[in-house]
Amino acid sequence: METVQLLTPEGTRVADARYDHRVAHLDADALRGFYADMVLTRRFDTEATALQRQGELGLFTPSMGQEAAQVGSAHALAPQDWAFPAYREHGVLHVRGVDLVDVLKQFRGVEHGGWDPAEHHVHLFTLVVGAHPLHAVGYAMGMQRDGVVGTGDPQRDAGVIAYLGDGATSQGDVSEALVFAGASDAPVVFFVQNNQWAISVPVGTQSKVPLAQRGQGFGIPTVRVDGNDVLASYAVTAEAMERAHRGHGPTFIEAVTYRMGAHTTSDDPLRYREDDEVAAWRAKDPIDRLRRYLESAGELPQDFLADLEARSEALARHVRDGVHAMTAPEPTSMFDHVYASPHSLVQSERAWFEQYESGLAEGGAR
Amino acid sequence: MTTTADRAGTSSSSVPTEKVTLARAITLGLRTALAHDPSVLLMGEDIGRLGGVFRVTDGLQAEFGADRVVDTPLAESGILGTAIGLAMRGYRPVCEIQFDGFVFPAFDQITTMLAKLHARSRGRITVPVVVRIPFGGGIGAVEHHSESPEVLFAHTAGLRVVSPATPADAYTMIQEAIASPDPVIFLEPKGRYWDKAEVALTPYGTPGAGLDKARVVRPGSDVTVVGYGPTVHTALKAAAAADAEGISLEVVDLRTISPLDHATVVESVRGTGRCVVVHEAPVQHGVGAEVAARVTEECFYELEAPVQRVGGFHTQYPPARIEHDYLPSVDRVLHAVDRAMAF
Repeated sequence: METVQLLTPEGTRVADARYDHRVAHLDADALRGFYADMVLTRRFDTEATALQRQGELGLFTPSMGQEAAQVGSAHALAPQDWAFPAYREHGVLHVRGVDLVDVLKQFRGVEHGGWDPAEHHVHLFTLVVGAHPLHAVGYAMGMQRDGVVGTGDPQRDAGVIAYLGDGATSQGDVSEALVFAGASDAPVVFFVQNNQWAISVPVGTQSKVPLAQRGQGFGIPTVRVDGNDVLASYAVTAEAMERAHRGHGPTFIEAVTYRMGAHTTSDDPLRYREDDEVAAWRAKDPIDRLRRYLESAGELPQDFLADLEARSEALARHVRDGVHAMTAPEPTSMFDHVYASPHSLVQSERAWFEQYESGLAEGGAR
Repeated sequence: MTTTADRAGTSSSSVPTEKVTLARAITLGLRTALAHDPSVLLMGEDIGRLGGVFRVTDGLQAEFGADRVVDTPLAESGILGTAIGLAMRGYRPVCEIQFDGFVFPAFDQITTMLAKLHARSRGRITVPVVVRIPFGGGIGAVEHHSESPEVLFAHTAGLRVVSPATPADAYTMIQEAIASPDPVIFLEPKGRYWDKAEVALTPYGTPGAGLDKARVVRPGSDVTVVGYGPTVHTALKAAAAADAEGISLEVVDLRTISPLDHATVVESVRGTGRCVVVHEAPVQHGVGAEVAARVTEECFYELEAPVQRVGGFHTQYPPARIEHDYLPSVDRVLHAVDRAMAF
């Protein structure tokens, strides 16, 4: 199966008859923007990992190595589109405008969500692997019923992108999501980042064939892309979102990439993968690739890099300060949103708890 | 059992009534909701042209179209998962699970997603999804078609769990479930689908009794018998039989399992001093255990006897030819009444 690539690991632009026009409008400023987003995403990654090591976060899920797939695909979305991320999509969240400090509320243990999904059209992630693509399909079915698909108005036509990984493709819910999307022609893009590893299990255990063939099996148009190539990731996603917007139905994208770090900060990849594999993928680093391309074109001036360095450090400081400022929520907040309308048991348990707490405060006997 | 006068805001003179089965009452309730709220959608297997295996959605696809009465692929998790997405987009999906034993492929979506999204989003997202499940036994069915999984849902915070026992409640409660901003597990007592009664066809939005209130459906003085869904009928038959022997049973229809209206139960037991709880689900860790614990906590000194529980055994639901030995019968209810009266 062909893998779409517009930039080689050495940073050389290769022609592609099908996709060149998708990136023709991206000038040097736009590409520097992609570069900055990837660098900032990685700086966030480094900072959050450090905060976990310092005991400020209980856990963190690094995205290092997957910046091109995430930043490229996210830039191909229209403001009215919706993204349904998994738990490693920091680059997507950053591009959509979510404050990355909010991503860490979950890992700090102060919230199970973190941000207002409506603000940037980015849904909350769940830790249940593969559960959310069905929500993305249902959301897309709602867009169809709202009449915002296939109107021909680019400001109005909308679609959904669901981010998932190679491990998730084995979940039954993902197969059901593909079935429902195919049956309803829902305007949804399944963006699978094949980062080669589901914690310690290699992708070969999830599938005997390239993951992209999964989509074909469900009758869904499929494309395989070099996920460490930000231009190609952008191009294939732009095409898929256009199909969704026009009412032409779902697309399945396999972005071939690599999780350069651990699954989470609790993981130890030294136990299950070889150094030379990691080294080989490091040579294909997505950030280096775009840097080489821009450098060779003379489009990476020193003042831009200095400014980016300052922005990176400002982001790191913002993340550090934001995490330090996150305090435990009020214990009674656990009762706040159990239901959307009054529930007598929750009300009575809350009343009991408040009384119990106040009894302790007064030093009463218990 | 219930009359028009039971419901606030209605009067029997202005509201048309119709004698319908419990199944038909749900159909009419769904039809009213579809007609008055464009965000309401029905989703499920075979609910369109076929009208559902119990014909509860009969005629609705023809009336409202295939976009609003959706024949889905045969995948329960897919039904629930896409319903959640539709609810996030502002729709009010009503999902039909064909039989109780087939809800489990959707159990993950119901318990880890549907029940938690409102809390996970700190109230920013509501997921007003109704999950209709024909439940309970007694119809001579094959395996996985006669189960009572209510406590699995009642144990999950974020879900409301309700079960109508009469056509009148079926008509109003399905509409209240659809109007609720919370996810509702709507358990339909399939053994009573064909019970007929006069139902006041109140307009959409008429306030009902609420999805958090039990109801005394037969006053009595000696023993309170608590049931819900299919066992309300059993309890009422037991009450008629006990009456002939001079024992007066008060029958409480719980109507809702989460939340559970303990106040109505406790008030009844304060009057009778004795309590028997009846359900088809296994006794162990069942609704009866919860009722017994709360009755004991709240009216210990008024109790004349330990709370008695009548229900299924800790066995797999048995083959149809012996299901009536498993299900709580009138005789087993009366046996429990006798045990309570012996103290």
